[in-house]
Amino acid sequence: MSEADRREQVLRVALPVAVLALGVVAWELTVRLMEIPPYILPGPGLVLATLVADWPVLADSLLVTLATTFEGLILAVVGGIGLAVLFTRSRFLEYSLYPYAVILQVTPIVAIAPLLLIYLPQPAAVLACAWIVAFFPVLANTTLGLNSADHNLVSLFELYGASRWQILRHLRLPAALPYMLGGIRIAGGLALIGAVVAEIAAGTAGAGSGLAYRIVESGYRLNIPRLFAALILLSVTGIVIFFALSLLSHLVLRRWHESALTREV
Amino acid sequence: MSARSNSPSSSQPLVALRGVGRSFTNGVTALEDFDLDIRPGEFLSLLGPSGCGKSTALRVISGLSAPSRGTVQWADGLGAKAHGIGFVFQEPTLMPWATVFGNVHLPLRLAGVERRAAAPRVMEALAGVGLADAATAYPRELSGGMKMRVSIARALVTEARLLLMDEPFAALDEITRFRLNDDLLDLWQGLGKTVVFVTHSVFESVYLSTRIVVMTPRPGRVFNELAIEAPTRRDERFRTSAEYIGTCRLVSDALARAMTAPAGAAAAIPARQGGAP
Repeated sequence: MSEADRREQVLRVALPVAVLALGVVAWELTVRLMEIPPYILPGPGLVLATLVADWPVLADSLLVTLATTFEGLILAVVGGIGLAVLFTRSRFLEYSLYPYAVILQVTPIVAIAPLLLIYLPQPAAVLACAWIVAFFPVLANTTLGLNSADHNLVSLFELYGASRWQILRHLRLPAALPYMLGGIRIAGGLALIGAVVAEIAAGTAGAGSGLAYRIVESGYRLNIPRLFAALILLSVTGIVIFFALSLLSHLVLRRWHESALTREV
Repeated sequence: MSARSNSPSSSQPLVALRGVGRSFTNGVTALEDFDLDIRPGEFLSLLGPSGCGKSTALRVISGLSAPSRGTVQWADGLGAKAHGIGFVFQEPTLMPWATVFGNVHLPLRLAGVERRAAAPRVMEALAGVGLADAATAYPRELSGGMKMRVSIARALVTEARLLLMDEPFAALDEITRFRLNDDLLDLWQGLGKTVVFVTHSVFESVYLSTRIVVMTPRPGRVFNELAIEAPTRRDERFRTSAEYIGTCRLVSDALARAMTAPAGAAAAIPARQGGAP
């Protein structure tokens, strides 16, 4: 790696960190110099202190939200890939169901959540919201991927008498893998959003309430430091999910796919 | 593996196409009234301009595409599926997610031969194309010529008698193409295969073939056929010999006349035309 490349790599980490530090300092100074009370805007020091002090409550809520997000994501992956495979096997099924998958996707989840909360018990409704927003990118990308297999390879498989199952297993699914992983990466962030939206719509207090509920609750009680602490936790969760799924994608594809290769100039 | 001399006499074709036509739903007729005998052990080139139905002819022979009209008859009465055909496309058409070994293993795997049982045959096929030490590489790590060798190894691994090749070297540079030409001739002679080779290159077809079929532009018909009687042990000297150049000129003339021939016309020159004895 050349000196210039190394400097660029350092800058890519150093610059955002510097912006963060500047922002935190400016935030703290603003709060102190203008003497803003903590129920309007708490300083970063107070938010951090609240995060530590309220950790038992916040950690429980974090676990609830994480569980919903991952269950929603897993169901979305299973459902999205499963439905995409069924669609490639049966035009009939695809024509029948695909429009409704689109409708489910384009209708804002905030508007669907209250209905789901009427008909389903709360945990199920929250999970359903996470699933609804997360499954469409998996479905759409997998469908595209399954249809993107090289036509000559399909001919070759037919020439060697491959069954439809063999074509799916050895050709269409591996060819779809990069698309699927792209869809799953989007779905990870969306599952978190779906879970948060449903928790806010549900608005139920109690032991089993997630981070989003803590935010609503803190808002009502003017406990703004805790609101910020919960918000930061949600943000970090989203970032971790994104990087974890990016890493998964890289590890799976690194041996063969263009997207995972470092270009040599 | 049978040697070439063991092949049945050339009077009994391995595959016979009679009056084959192939039209597509978009109204294009790629082949019309196409007659062809594929004789055991020969190296047959289908030569013609782009879009003359050469590739369609290969797909019909392989059974990938059913003829709209006419018949494709195998000597033993069985269909293409029963024989197992080696097919090499213009692109290497490898699975990027599989290693070289995995790609060559594919036809056997689809036939239910597991990795371990298939390994000796896969390695033999790879050795045959000079890639025995590249088994664990991924396609992206290979050059264009090496990828094409993998594609050829995959076509050879089933030990099919008939090898169909659709302009396999058209995208390669000349040096690589010449080397692959020689290696292909060695493989053909060593393994006793029957090859049908589609090309739009007069020089390549003359260098490789024992027989050239010149096709007319769309819809493709047989315009003329020429036997190349030069010894099949060919090398760089053959490329510069008077015999080679003379034959190329003959084939070029036939191709030029095929391009302007009215539909349905057949060549007036004798069907058998070779170089000096």
